[in-house]
Amino acid sequence: MTTIAQTPQPATPAAQPGERLSGVQTITFAKALTLAMADAMAADPAVVVFGEDVGTLGGVFRVTDGLTQQFGEERCFDTPLAESGIIGMATGMAINGMRPVVEMQFDAFAYPAFEQITSHVAKLGNRTRGQVRLPLVIRIPYAGGIGGVEHHCDSSEAYYVHTPGLTVLTPSTVADAYVMLRDAIASADPVVFLEPKKLYFSKDTVDLDALRAGYSEGGGAAAPSTIGHAAIARHGTDATLIAYGPSVAVALAAAETAAQEGRSLQVIDVRSLVPFDDETITAAVKSTGRAIVIAEAPGFASMASEIVARIQERCFHALAAPVLRVTGFDIPYPAPKLEKYYLPGVDRILDAVDNLQWETP
Amino acid sequence: MTTHPEFLESQSYMLPSAEPVQLIAADGSEAPAKQHKQYKEPYQLPEMATMLEGYERLVVGRRVNDQAGALVRQGRMAVYPSSHGQEACQVAAVMCLRRSDWLFPTYRDTVAVLGRGVAPVEAFESLRGDWHSGFNPHDYNTANPTTPLATQLLHAVGVAHSAKLRGEDTVVLALCGDGASSEGDFHEALNFAAVFHVPVVFLIQNNQYAISVPLIRQSVAPSLAHKAVGYGMPGERVDGNDLAALLAVLGHAVDRARNGGGPALVEAHTYRMQAHTNADDSTRYRSDAEVAQWVPKDPLLRVEKYLHDAGALAAADRERIAVAAEAMAKTLRDGLNAETSVDPLDLFRYVYSEPTPQLREQSTLLAAELAASSATMGASR
Repeated sequence: MTTIAQTPQPATPAAQPGERLSGVQTITFAKALTLAMADAMAADPAVVVFGEDVGTLGGVFRVTDGLTQQFGEERCFDTPLAESGIIGMATGMAINGMRPVVEMQFDAFAYPAFEQITSHVAKLGNRTRGQVRLPLVIRIPYAGGIGGVEHHCDSSEAYYVHTPGLTVLTPSTVADAYVMLRDAIASADPVVFLEPKKLYFSKDTVDLDALRAGYSEGGGAAAPSTIGHAAIARHGTDATLIAYGPSVAVALAAAETAAQEGRSLQVIDVRSLVPFDDETITAAVKSTGRAIVIAEAPGFASMASEIVARIQERCFHALAAPVLRVTGFDIPYPAPKLEKYYLPGVDRILDAVDNLQWETP
Repeated sequence: MTTHPEFLESQSYMLPSAEPVQLIAADGSEAPAKQHKQYKEPYQLPEMATMLEGYERLVVGRRVNDQAGALVRQGRMAVYPSSHGQEACQVAAVMCLRRSDWLFPTYRDTVAVLGRGVAPVEAFESLRGDWHSGFNPHDYNTANPTTPLATQLLHAVGVAHSAKLRGEDTVVLALCGDGASSEGDFHEALNFAAVFHVPVVFLIQNNQYAISVPLIRQSVAPSLAHKAVGYGMPGERVDGNDLAALLAVLGHAVDRARNGGGPALVEAHTYRMQAHTNADDSTRYRSDAEVAQWVPKDPLLRVEKYLHDAGALAAADRERIAVAAEAMAKTLRDGLNAETSVDPLDLFRYVYSEPTPQLREQSTLLAAELAASSATMGASR
């Protein structure tokens, strides 16, 4: 990192590159995230991006590709290899008026920052009675399905959702990757932004102009935020599959198969783990009377368990069957050759659907 | 990545002086000039008016420590970590900073927090148990002290980094203890500060103990100041009970940082004269004889003797300062003896900028409990 004085000033404003994508485009999930950061950085000079390998390399998943070239080394830069340092420094920068968007390289590599996240990031707003807010986004590639080695595939959401003060988001579509990251950056509160790494290179066709229309020139949200709002990913009438992040696509595939077998399954994409959208999910489950919660993380004391408990509290009299969970086993994330036995798949979901006590009188 | 010019010239600038810098000896006499020559910078004795201001701050600080201890014994505060005997470090830290600079204190640095202008009742809020430190750090450019060790050093680096990116000349002074130098965040903070070349001065108040564990179990480095070398920043060590030396050394580091010289590490040798907190029993891990050795090195008496011998401490000064100290003590007593009301529904108000639906539900639940409870109390009367 060079000082401001030492950095050559570009002849044209760096925030307006010639090749800005617009209109209807087929892009990857990763590219949608990149565009969200680039647009937020262009809109607000307080937005800075940093982490390990995010500068010259553009991130190990290329999610920050081009940001340093576009905005300069003060706005997107590499740090020393120290996750607590990244989060701790980001905390100080957020205290002093910046909006840092930092990258933890992999889920399990975020653990050295756990103290900073749980003891300070999550608590500073409450500690100061709201007089200091931390507009800080912690991006974490998470979950498996990529044949990764140990420590590269953890579903670590339970640690963060259990920590009051954190907003925890996880997109599952290309459009949501853009919109939810913009919403996270616009949020006054710290956001743990969990990116399903197996989706990074999935593609979809989106209208970038329409997505961008949700944000004002200063970077604030012009449209209602996705924070706190689940999405209905597929309509259905017989049972509700509730999933998030990497499991949404699996739930949709299960619903497609079930449809061929004559069962109409609704799929809810939770999207916002905290704040949790009780309203949408309660209404959905009441409409079908049956629910299965799907998540990659070990099921014991998990986000999935929390969702089941909340449904049971709110929908008990509307339920025709116990709410089931299809989750990862309660084991460390397995090695690549074994992960297919661990991950919730279509067959395991459909087996659970079969067990929803259909033999009504 | 730029290489700092001084690195190209020499690496010795990172090493601390051969001995801790001392400008006024324990007996209040000016340290001999030949002693000054072994220090790596030409440190100068502060002006007499500065020393008089420092003396006043020391007297008030000592009174704060004594009064706070008494208030704990009277049950008005849950706990108090006293800095009795090491106040000079905090006083010097405050005096070296401008209002626009930032201070990141530890939980033992109440004297410094008050020195930055935080209202006494606000400064003691967390120790009283009303809230986990509720003052607005932006009102004083002073961070809220918390109990995890060394975590605040990284926040200090971040505040400095932001200021630097905006082209401001803010300097950040971050305090920690000898125990904190063993934490990972200490390492990460110093390394980040050096790599990003940000204006942070780290001051280790080495008071020889981390609760009960002596320095020898924290580090066998030649000194904690030597750790600076590993990060590529200057280190310095100073007599932490010598206000003049602290002002000179910290002042030099702060000026250097402000002028774009980057971070520095200062280790102050001092001693925690009292137990870790009122909940601690220091006789289990150190002898009275050891503590007694530090009594004659007291920072307050040293400055008093120095000023007196120089004819710079008039009776009127003593009286004025004594009145100021008593006024502070009375403010503390009045503030902490006053019954404060806490609002249970505050529990839900500040966790997020807008309470989540779940927190609104829980707040409603507690409000209903409170209403039911007050209705029952009314009925029983």
